[in-house]
Amino acid sequence: MVSLRKVAGALAVATALAAPMAAPASAADDTIKIGILHSLSGTMAISETTLKDVMLMLIDQQNAKGGLLGKKLEAVVVDPASNWPLFAEKARELISQDKVSVVFGCWTSSSRKSVLPVFKELNSILFYPVQYEGQESERNVFYTGAAPNQQAIPAVDYLMSDEGGAVKRWVLEGTDYVYPRTTNKILQAYLISKGVAPEDIKVNYTPFGFSDWQTEVAAIKAFGSAGKKTAVVSTINGDANVPFYKELGNAGLKATDIPVVAFSVGEEELAGLDAKPLVGHLAAWNYFESIDTPENKAFIAAWHKFTGKDTRTTNDPMEAHYIGFNMWVKAVEKAGTTDPDKVIEALPGITAPNLTGGVSEMLPNHHITKPVYIGEVRADGQFDVVWQTKDLVPGSPWSPYLPESKDLTSDWVKLKCGNYDTVKKACGGSS
Amino acid sequence: MRTLRDFLASLLVALILLTVALAGARAGSLADALPGFAEGTFPATEAALSAVAASGDPQTAAVIKALQDERLVFDPATKAVFIKAADGSLLDPTTGKPIAGPAPAETKSIRLNNKIRGSIDAAMGALTLLSPDPAVRLSAADAVFKARQASALPALQAALAKETDPRIKLVMQQAAASAALADPKAAETDRVAAVQVIQNRGDKDALAILTELKSDASPAVRAAAGTAAANIKGELAIWDNVQNLYYSLSLGSVLLLAAIGLAITFGVMGVINMAHGEMVMLGAYTTFVVQETIREQAPWLFDWSLAIALPLAFLVSGAVGVVIERGIIRFLYGRPLETLLATWGVSLILQQAVRTIFGPNNREVGNPSWMSGAFDLGNLTITYNRMWIIVFAAAVFVLLLVVLRFTRFGLQMRAVTQNRAMASAMGIRTPWVDALTFGLGSGIAGIAGVALSQIDNVSPNLGQSYIIDSFMVVVFGGVGNLWGTLIAALSLGVANKFLEPVAGAVLGKIVVLVFIILFIQKRPRGLFALKGRAVEA
Repeated sequence: MVSLRKVAGALAVATALAAPMAAPASAADDTIKIGILHSLSGTMAISETTLKDVMLMLIDQQNAKGGLLGKKLEAVVVDPASNWPLFAEKARELISQDKVSVVFGCWTSSSRKSVLPVFKELNSILFYPVQYEGQESERNVFYTGAAPNQQAIPAVDYLMSDEGGAVKRWVLEGTDYVYPRTTNKILQAYLISKGVAPEDIKVNYTPFGFSDWQTEVAAIKAFGSAGKKTAVVSTINGDANVPFYKELGNAGLKATDIPVVAFSVGEEELAGLDAKPLVGHLAAWNYFESIDTPENKAFIAAWHKFTGKDTRTTNDPMEAHYIGFNMWVKAVEKAGTTDPDKVIEALPGITAPNLTGGVSEMLPNHHITKPVYIGEVRADGQFDVVWQTKDLVPGSPWSPYLPESKDLTSDWVKLKCGNYDTVKKACGGSS
Repeated sequence: MRTLRDFLASLLVALILLTVALAGARAGSLADALPGFAEGTFPATEAALSAVAASGDPQTAAVIKALQDERLVFDPATKAVFIKAADGSLLDPTTGKPIAGPAPAETKSIRLNNKIRGSIDAAMGALTLLSPDPAVRLSAADAVFKARQASALPALQAALAKETDPRIKLVMQQAAASAALADPKAAETDRVAAVQVIQNRGDKDALAILTELKSDASPAVRAAAGTAAANIKGELAIWDNVQNLYYSLSLGSVLLLAAIGLAITFGVMGVINMAHGEMVMLGAYTTFVVQETIREQAPWLFDWSLAIALPLAFLVSGAVGVVIERGIIRFLYGRPLETLLATWGVSLILQQAVRTIFGPNNREVGNPSWMSGAFDLGNLTITYNRMWIIVFAAAVFVLLLVVLRFTRFGLQMRAVTQNRAMASAMGIRTPWVDALTFGLGSGIAGIAGVALSQIDNVSPNLGQSYIIDSFMVVVFGGVGNLWGTLIAALSLGVANKFLEPVAGAVLGKIVVLVFIILFIQKRPRGLFALKGRAVEA
């Protein structure tokens, strides 16, 4: 007579052994898997959740067109929870376990830096949709967000111009991690090269999720009362932006007194704020939801239908994913396979339309061409474009304003190198 | 605003205004200026704005106000300019009356940028100096003061002659002084007198004007402005410290609110409650739910939403606290490590539960109207939300003192804190007191959450930002003593806020943490240790 306990135990063991084999039946060999690596919780969820949703919409749309290479596309979504080391773990899980052909993900530069070794080691592809600090050009990464010469430098140029207010004094306010630190280094070098005195530049850093902005906003007010026109260049990331703008509004710091131009605040971040006290503050991006083109209107309509909510906004990183995804699809069709090496070779030169009436091209340095827009906040949380570049600007990762990068160039097609020193005529190798 | 081009532009406007003021209104120049708006570029709009401001037409104020509200529109086909009234009908800008004939098929709004908005502020200031509403006159005088345009002088002098309110008269005199400093034709004695007037104003705007004088100022004026600026800077430095004290008070009140519940549970029962932050978070989410309900069912109650949320948050968090105590902590008395782990687990469960129910994104909790904005007290800027939180924290503190001192329950709590065995022997039902104490501490955390929802993001991680600070306050101040918590919260607030401008936010926090660690080495029981406390199961 076999005891009940032993039978139960054997059953449990059997189920445990069989479980991996009874893996989801939908994970059959005839789908192409696409990894989505965006924070769905934590301090960055305010910005990244909508990127996961737009990827799901793009994959849906491609499947409606018949999929890719005769197979359906399948999204694999993971939540790295704004935890940078967890990004690396989840990336590894996506590539080795889920066997994705490509990953669309990351927002903060900390998360991107954390996953770089994984993509290099496992030789997969990452499409990175967010504006960043440059000083990097990896073989396995395609940067569809803005490099500093496509966002930071034009924004500062606009503020220095007559139309932007002829700003003479600068507050560089950032969150304490690699992107604001490097961007501020570049901006300081650039401003000094344009004749701004060092005592007219003030740099300040605060931690992620910082909420007590009273002292910082008072310091900005004080710095701005030296008689010269002052502006704030904000590289604050994540939900610390909400209390920052609330404090600006409460302290009565209007955009006509001290304008704030932000690089990480878009329609999505403004959606949780009362935008009326913020009218006139600026953001620099390569896309705004308010831009009136047929492609943009169609995209917004499809987005509202997909999410079922008319109030969901669109923003620049979403457009970057749109461009990146279409480029990847074209490259796969050109290469005839999803094998990463072949797709990486096929991508430079691929063009895909953007949502503002132009056509983006993937360059040999793995960056794309983008137009630059400066927008002012409207009372309804949208942006009014007040300035734009005439043509698309090619992204350039290595800043000519810093001594360590002014001689470097990136070319993965001819030179097969991301940091080629044009003076020493040698490749710097892996960073 | 201070470029040569602007100076020349304002000179031109000044000359035109002077001629117009003498010659009377000329409606023709308004109609001539209007087509400039229809060109659709920012420089053209700005030029048109200056021309309209200079025209002296009685309709000028209406046109510029319409432009400010983005109600000035043009027909892209005919380039005709109209004012859009509140009901959507179109008005003729030169007369203010509805247009004759059919409305155009499509109108485009004339767009503004920051520079134009600033010019509008200055222009509106000069135009509304004679408005019947004193508030409008005051803000007009202020706008003219900041604009530093000599062209405003005639309008200012006309307004000064008619002004009766002494407060507004003072600001107008300051504005006249600022205009005189910017006027190249003003006499030197006038300008030196103007420096004195501006120095008496003594705030940051005054400092800005004195620091950057136009290049044509004589050495005497420059010297006067230099000394005046130095004096203002000295005074402002003192005000800065006072402002810092206010910030410290505000931060201290936030820390007090977050920590006082913990002081009670830690003090009475010696229980390390790692789920305390989540009680705060539950209070914040209660506020969110109350506001959502009000927004949908009874929008007129929005200003009362916080008052409604307070008792609800107390009950919700208090109930959860009692459940945790009866369900888990009761079995772990005298085992601090297990209590720590168990409550840590509870905090994770609560976070994930909220994440599942409400989603992982931040939730928007609005500020009622009495919580928005700020007012000036001397040279201090006092924001309403922080001020009310200070008042609220003081009220909560006093209320707790009263409960502990004058109620039966408070008496039982103090007895159990001092000697549990004896209290039990006296007939006090200690398990009941424990549960209610935990409920009280958690309830206080809940109403802290209501206050914190006004200044911080409401997300499932809200508790994590405050748990470390709460423990620091309780450990520093000494357990079981409310006054200790108050002193500790205020001192930590002062330390943080005085370090921040010097060392930055990140380093400031590190220094404070290191200081507390060193302090505990010397006095492990904190600032005000309670003697004779017995902690046992």
